[in-house]
Formats: sequence, structure tokens, C-alpha cells
Amino acid sequence: MTRTPRKAARAAETAVPHRRRRHRHVGTYAFIILMAILWIFPLIWTIYASLRTNQDTTLHGYFSLPSGLTLDNYIDAWNGAEIPRAYLNTLVITIPSVIVALLVSSMVAFALTRFKWRFNIPLLMIFVAGNLLPQQVFIIPLSKMFLWSGFFVPAPLSDTGLLFNQLFGIILINVIFQMGFCIFVLSNYMKTLPKELVEAAQVDGAGVFRIWAGVIMPLCRPALAAMATLEFTFIYNDFFWALFLMKDGDRRPITSFLQNLNGMYYSDYSLLAAGAFLAVIPTLIVFFLLQRYFVSGLTLGSVKG
Amino acid sequence: MADREMNDAAPAQLALASTAGAAVDSDVPSRRRFSLPLRRAPRRRRFSLLTRRDKLVLALMVGIPLAFDLVFIWLPCFATMGLSFTDWKGYGAINFVGLEEYEKVWSYPFFEPALIHNAIWLAWLACIATPLGILVAVILDGNLRGSRVYQTIFYLPVVLSLAVIGLIWQLLYAPDVGNGFINSFLDALGQMPISLPLPDMSHTDWLGDGNINLFACLVAASWRHVGYICILYLAGLKSVDPQLREAAAIDGATSRQTFFRVVFPVMRPINVIIVVITAIEALRAFDIVYIVNRGRNGLELLSALVTNNALSEANRVGFGSAIAVVLLLISIIPIVTFLVWQAREDLE
Amino acid sequence: MADNDKSPGLLTGGQVTRREVLKKGLVAGAGLTVLPTVIAACGSTAATAEPTQAPGATPTPVPSQGALSGNVSLGSNLSDAVPKKALQDAIDLFTTANPDVNVKINTVDHSTFQDTITNYLQSTPDDTLTWFSGYRMRAFVSQGLFTPMDDVWANISSNYTDAYKTACTADDGKMYMVPWATYAWTVYYRKDVWADKGYAIPTTLDEMKTLAAKMKADGLVPIGLGDKDGWPAMGHFDIINLRENGYQFHVDLMAGKVKWTDPAVKKVFTVWKDLLPFYESGSAGRVWQDAAKNLVAKRTGMMLQPQVAETFTAAGDADYAQLAMFPWPHHGTEWDAEEALDAPIDGFMISANSPTLAADLANAKALMQHLSTGEAQGLAAKANPANIACANDTDTSGYTDLQKAQVAVLAKAQKLTQFLDRDTKPEFAGPNGMQAFLIDFLQKPDQDLDSFLGKIQTFWDSLD
Repeated sequence: MTRTPRKAARAAETAVPHRRRRHRHVGTYAFIILMAILWIFPLIWTIYASLRTNQDTTLHGYFSLPSGLTLDNYIDAWNGAEIPRAYLNTLVITIPSVIVALLVSSMVAFALTRFKWRFNIPLLMIFVAGNLLPQQVFIIPLSKMFLWSGFFVPAPLSDTGLLFNQLFGIILINVIFQMGFCIFVLSNYMKTLPKELVEAAQVDGAGVFRIWAGVIMPLCRPALAAMATLEFTFIYNDFFWALFLMKDGDRRPITSFLQNLNGMYYSDYSLLAAGAFLAVIPTLIVFFLLQRYFVSGLTLGSVKG
Repeated sequence: MADREMNDAAPAQLALASTAGAAVDSDVPSRRRFSLPLRRAPRRRRFSLLTRRDKLVLALMVGIPLAFDLVFIWLPCFATMGLSFTDWKGYGAINFVGLEEYEKVWSYPFFEPALIHNAIWLAWLACIATPLGILVAVILDGNLRGSRVYQTIFYLPVVLSLAVIGLIWQLLYAPDVGNGFINSFLDALGQMPISLPLPDMSHTDWLGDGNINLFACLVAASWRHVGYICILYLAGLKSVDPQLREAAAIDGATSRQTFFRVVFPVMRPINVIIVVITAIEALRAFDIVYIVNRGRNGLELLSALVTNNALSEANRVGFGSAIAVVLLLISIIPIVTFLVWQAREDLE
Repeated sequence: MADNDKSPGLLTGGQVTRREVLKKGLVAGAGLTVLPTVIAACGSTAATAEPTQAPGATPTPVPSQGALSGNVSLGSNLSDAVPKKALQDAIDLFTTANPDVNVKINTVDHSTFQDTITNYLQSTPDDTLTWFSGYRMRAFVSQGLFTPMDDVWANISSNYTDAYKTACTADDGKMYMVPWATYAWTVYYRKDVWADKGYAIPTTLDEMKTLAAKMKADGLVPIGLGDKDGWPAMGHFDIINLRENGYQFHVDLMAGKVKWTDPAVKKVFTVWKDLLPFYESGSAGRVWQDAAKNLVAKRTGMMLQPQVAETFTAAGDADYAQLAMFPWPHHGTEWDAEEALDAPIDGFMISANSPTLAADLANAKALMQHLSTGEAQGLAAKANPANIACANDTDTSGYTDLQKAQVAVLAKAQKLTQFLDRDTKPEFAGPNGMQAFLIDFLQKPDQDLDSFLGKIQTFWDSLD
């Protein structure tokens, strides 16, 4: 029997004094410490490599004690690889995507869970399955659609009239693709909200939109916060869409831009490491600041109420 | 307000219902709650709290996203299936050729390796990475000093893009001693005064050797997958009723017995999700392999074959679509499993 | 890395690499006039016949300098700093002469440019773009994705040898490309290391094997190779095939007229197999830049890869001064006399589907003409000494020794090819194609060649 997230949190807090203190073997500690060291090591190594000077590594290789550390690689990566531009592109893609995806998904989740209708479950399944499909299964016609979409994309959103090679196109497909997951999680969450709320609001004469905006959304804040964190990470880290739905180098978000970096600075591992680290900084910041939201976001979907 | 179906009648009906003794069960859908007592069977009048305007809004709320979903995901999905029966090259006429492209896929020298590699990917995730994630979650559950630190360490790779993960691991796997960490480390080990009776692996071509590069990539993928599973499982573990565990402990069960006989069965919903996620992640494998060498020579995967054939200069759209359909058919298994399970849960 | 998996464009000065390049001189145009009369990008019937040199319709006079105004866009795959700058220098020269023309260069990284080329050309390409000669050019022309520029060629035809003209002609007899730069696939080495160890340039294959054995005994890696991107090994296949079976056989093989199961092809792999013990191990996991670094670091004896010049440039003047090259030795066959080798040509073309083409066509043609001049190309060769210019009137007095050597080698060659992945179908030469097959051979040279070649032939047959 599982519990709602709120109950679980409370249980965890009170669990310690009630639970019998389990004896943790030295072996367990040794194992977990070893695992943790192994796990953090690649990241540490990357940072270390990024701080090495070119001279140093040319002479001594990377597996050596440093003869001097430098931030030059970061500066070079920042300047030479047009990283600021890629960051901007990424933000332009990620933030609207997250906002729109959550707004839309909460509307759909609201409609499908709070109002009984014959097709609720099939519809839910359509949305969720849409997100479970591997992207390669539908990318081919999708890219063709983007190339031929030249009739309905208005000017501010596309400078060529197509969806192809537009930030808007990437935003669009991200929103649609992530909708399934968001709807799934939010609908699970909304099911835990008391039905009376909606009914009371209806009796009070509120329209569904007002109910959604005024009643449901505020209540879903924890879930929305969690989802926002999660979706930010997912969309930020997405590598696939921009790879095949964009061509201009200076419009690419940072992850597919890393391909560029790879290509330009092949075998200059220090520069690559610096570039890679610069690329992950935003997600790391979000992660460290909002770790609990991130975790609860992933578990909201799975731990049902 | 004028178009409300239930206006002043509502309070009256409520009163009627309660005086008639109709059970006001909060779990009963609201419609039924307000149904009138039967005076003329079989017809039951239902009153909805929804105005016509509400219904329109709801229809839009669901309909518009649904339309986009259908147009941008499901339509292309079916189009892929359709295109797989053509020999289209991305330009010019689209000729229907039946199963010809599928025959070509079958005899494609890289198809069989791709299937095997996808299977290996799944087997590895299912038998090594996921159990490891569960193990770590179990260990981190309960009182372990520094648990938060460990959690952060294991979760970190999950927030990294697979593109970045690929880059990071290439720093480790670079074959030349002095460049890649692993080979440099092995070389240093080999040069230690105490020579271990192990073969010299310091020149192993981790990413180039077709026999081992898949496993090298799997290690990189596991780095992330273990953390992902750990988060899910740990949350599930933390929500298990502690009384269950206490009861088992009182009964004298060891921690292992407690886990397998008491906790694990209770975590059924999480277990299902973990299984589905493992399968889906295995089928989604693309990024790391693409970054390393585009998916060839030991790293062939169905997903990479699709894009290499249909979305590159080659533009073999029909052929690539056929491979994509194979991928789709395989993916249907975990997807349908999940949907069926989810639907059953919803109906309960 | 996945990004490097196509053969290099000249314009990038070889594949994506680091861009620190010296400013060197220009190439001697004189040498180029002696170039062979038949260069063919293999794989086409038209190109291997007598070049049907049709200057086309009455040439539209290109507007005089200064009379042009408006815009023109250029899609470029020169993502690396040095070739990018080289192009920019040439463009700046153009805009100085035509101040009312606004040239917009859209740069995309090299391999992405190639990967998305089909989508790009079919949707909204730039007015002009960088591209390669060979099958790849002709295939897209036959799809109607490029605009012919016979009128431009009418003005510049005297500045090019027939070889280049053929390379820029498509199957319909019209000219579609202006050449920009080229380079020769020869074997590179360090003069100081060879002088130190007393090595001599091998003129025959046997001498090369002996030399390689000596290098191995001296503790060097005889033949360096970094084939992670899949294409460097193609250069090896090409040259061995050209020596063993001749230019025409190679062209026919690329076109599918000769089967891969032909015993002559098996001979190529057998000869190659004998050399493999001298190759750098683990080539499939090593990028060519790292292999080049080994050459700079005096760990490798020689490398069949022109792009090493970039790595040497990056390493510094002292190292670059030590870089020298020689053409692949003779095999003792009748085909040695052809002195054939790969010399890929990069150039510029005018797209057909650009939304602004109608308005910009005059500017586009003027730009093409400008880029075809020795003046413009000289700037590029100066900026990127791994390449040489194509125009006859390029001032080559400032060419580096290496560039001059390239010119000499190209002048001596009777036949030139474009490189395997430009001479044949992209789906055949791609990552799940010849790249994979060649790596498979490099890793398992002792496998049954008949079944190996049978696999390749079956694969070719499955492509239509």
C-alpha cells in the first residue's frame, strides 16, 4: 500500500524513531562509499581535465599531476565556440516550452480527471503513449512536415514560413512531446484532490476555466513546481530534435551545439571538457537549488495516491 | 448564468435527495448524486453541473492539445508506417512497393547486429543497471549517514544530457595512454613494481573495438540509468508504510526477508513503472551511440539506423521508415503493457 | 567522433579541426596549367567520356563591378576558424568592389551541413553554397536542386584547365560549380626524423614495406591512422586500388559497373592486408587529429593524410617546417604511369530553391565569378596552407614548400579522383556502409575476403 507524497513525507519524518535502528554493516558502508566514488569520478575527471593547460597536457598527457591550473579553456570555449549564443537559444527554447507544456497539460489533466466522460481513459492513453514512443519512430515524416509547413507559420514565429530550422518549431515539438508525461503526472496528482472542490466551485457559478485557473492550479503548485524542474531538465537536455529539425549552427541549443564543439575542437580534450561543463552548468544549478522538486517530480508520477 | 441547466432547481433537488435518503457518497460521481429518486423507471434524469459554455471550454482544453498531438506525433507515426511500404527517396514520386523495403531491411548487413545490440542493451539495463539502482535505493533507504550526499552523487548524472555524458565518458575512454583516463590508469598499474598477473589492457580501444564498445557505452548509459532508477525506487521505498516493516521485524524477519517478502510485493506499482522505464530507455538508446561514432561497427542500434539512412545525405526514406516500424513494433510491447496496467488502475 | 565522419572539405582545410594557422604564401599557378586533361569525378558516364564542354547559352554578361546592389546569401560548411576566415577574406574583397551588395554567410558545422544537405536544398537554401564535386554534385543536379552557371563559366573558362571544367560539369553537360580549392592525398612525414634515422623516400611498394619494417624496428609506428570518423581509411583504399587496377577500374567500381567481388578488388585488399601489420593499432577508436599528433610527436613514421598539415600548423612554425610529403609509391603495375591520386575539389554552387534567388541571381553569379578568380582563391590558400587554389592565375609565389609540392604532384598526375565518399552514392559510403566495412577489414584483416566482398556487393545491390 503506497501513500500520497504528502503522507509519505510525513511518514518518513516520523519513521526514524519508530523504526528499529537497523544495523548497517561495514560492508554496506564500504560498498556505497566505493560506488559513490566511482560515480562522482567521471565528473571530477572532466573538471580536472578542463583546468589543465594545453602545454601541460601536450607534454605530460592528461593522466598527470598538474603543473598549473587555468581557466583558459573555459574562456576559449566561451569565446570561440559561441556558447553565449547557444545558451540564449536554449533559454528561448526551454522556458516557453516548460511554461506552455505545463499550462496545456494541466488543462488536459484537469479536464480528463475531474469530469467523467466515456473517452477519458482512451484520451489519456493517447497522450501518454505519444510520449513513450521512441522519437525515431516518427521523426522522418515529422521532419518532412516541418520542411513543407510553409503555409501557416506566421512571420514572427518563423523567418522562412517553415517550421524547419526555427526555434519555434523546436518549442512546438518539445511541448507536444512532453505533454504526455506531464499529463500523466498531473492527472495522477489531480486525482488526489478532493472532488468537492470542483463541485463547490461549480455550484458557486464558476466556469471551468475559472475553476482551473483559480482552484486547481494553485493547489497543484507542488506538482507544477516539480514538473517545471523536471521538464526544464528534460527539454534542456534534449539532443534529438534540434539535431534533425534545425540546420543553422547559430540557432542551435547548447546540447546539439556540443556536437559543433566536438567537431571544432576534436582531441583538444581540455577544451571539450570545459565546453561540456559550461553546457551543464544551468542544469546543475537547477538541480542543486531545486533537488527536492526534481525528485518529487519524478516520483509524483509513480507514487500514486 | 442564464444558460445554466440547473438553476434554482438545484437546492431543491439536493433537499429532495437527502430527504429521500439517497446516499450521498462522495465517491459517487456528482451526476448520480443529484439524480432524482426513481418515479418512472427506467429513465434516470441526470443533471450536469456543466453549462454548454463549460462543455465548450472543456472541449477546447482537451481538443486543441489533442489535435496537436495527433498531427505532430500520431500522424507522423502512421505516416512512417505508410512510408515503409514505399521506396521514396525524399524527393520525387512516392511509389508503393509493398514489402520490398522490409526485405531490404532483413538483408541489410547492419540490421541483425542492431537487433542484437538493442537486445543486449535491454538485457544489460534489466539485469545489471536496474537491479543496481534498486540495490542502491535500498541501501540509501533508512538510516545511512550522509544519505543526502550519496543521493546527490547518484542523481547528478540524471540531470546531465546524454550528449554531455557521451563527451565525459570519451575523456575516460580515449585509447591513447596520456589521453584517456582508463588506459592511462591501466598503463600506470602495469608499470608498478608489483605487476599483477593481468593481461595488458592499457591499449584497449574501448570505443573503436566492435567487440567491446557496446559495453563501454552501456557503462556510460548505466551511469545515468542507475541514478534514475534509484530516485524512483527510493521514493517508493520511503512511502511504504513503516508499520509493515516493523511487523516483519517483530516477526523476526531479517532485512533481506523483509525486503523480498514484505516490501517488494507492496511496491508493485513502482515495480511496474521500473520495468516499463527500463524497456523504454533501452529502446530509446540513441544519443550516446550517435555521439561516439554515429552507430556503426559494434554500436549499431535500430534508432541510429533509422536516422543514418533516412535523415542523412542518403535520404532513403522508405527504407529508414521500415526500420522505424520495426522499432515501433518492438516498442509497442512495453507501451501497451504500461497502458493496460494504467487503465486497469484507473478503472479500479 | 561522430562529427567527423565525412571526408574533409577543402574549405574546412580538412575536417573539423583546430584552427590555428599561419599565413603562408600563394600557389604557383603555372604548375596547374600542366594538369592532366581528364579529371573525372568517378561514377558517371558523361564525365569519363570526352568532356562535353558546353559553354551553354549566350553568356549573360556579368554586371560590371560596382553596378551591383542588393543581397546574396552563402551557405557555408566552413565552420572552422581558419577556412572561415579565408572565405571571409575573399568575400570582403568582393564587397569592397561592390559596396552596395550585402553578402550574408550562413555557416553550419561541417558534418551537419552534409547531413542536412538534402533537406536544406529542397526547402529554403541560401542563394549560393559550398559543396563538393563528384557524384554528390551530379546526384543533386539531377534532382534539379542547383542552377547552372554556364554564363559565369563563359567568362572564366580560360582560367581553368580542362580537368576542373570536367569536374564542374554535370551529366546534362552544363556547368554547375566554380572550384575553390583542392589538395592532394599523399604521404606525409617529418624530414628531421627521416634524416635522423636515415630513411629514404620509397618509390616502390616493396621499398615502402622494407622502410616500414625498419621503422618498426626503430620503435616508430610506421603508418599512422586515425579512422574514428570512418573516412580516412578510404584514402588508403583509393590509392591502392588506383595503383593496382588503374583509374578506369576505380571509376567503374565506384559507379557499380564493376563488382566488388571481382578478383581485382580482392587483390587490392590482399595487398592492403600485407601493409596492415605496419599500421597504427586501434585506429577505429582514434580520431585522425590524434594520429596526426603522434606524427608531430615523432612517434609515427608516416601518414597518408593531407590534413595533418593543419595539425602541424597548429603545432608551430618549427614543426611545420619539418613537414614534407611524397606520393604513394608505385606498385609495379601498368597503372603506375597514371600517377593517379585523390584530389578532391571543393567549390561553390548556386541553389535552385532559394526563395530570394530571383532577386539575387545577378549578385550570386557575380559572387561566383569573383570566387573563381585567382585573387580570391589566393587569399584562401594563404590563410589555409593545407590547400591549394584551383584558378590558373593564382599568384603562387608565396606558396609554402608543401603547397608547391602539392602543385607538382597534381601536375604530374594523369588522372585524378575525388575520394571514395564523393565519387559514389552517399548511402553506400556512409557510416552504415563503406565506413563500417573498411573498419571491419582493418580490425579483422584475416577474415575470408570472398565473403567480406560478397557482403559489400550485396549491400551495393540492395541500394537502388
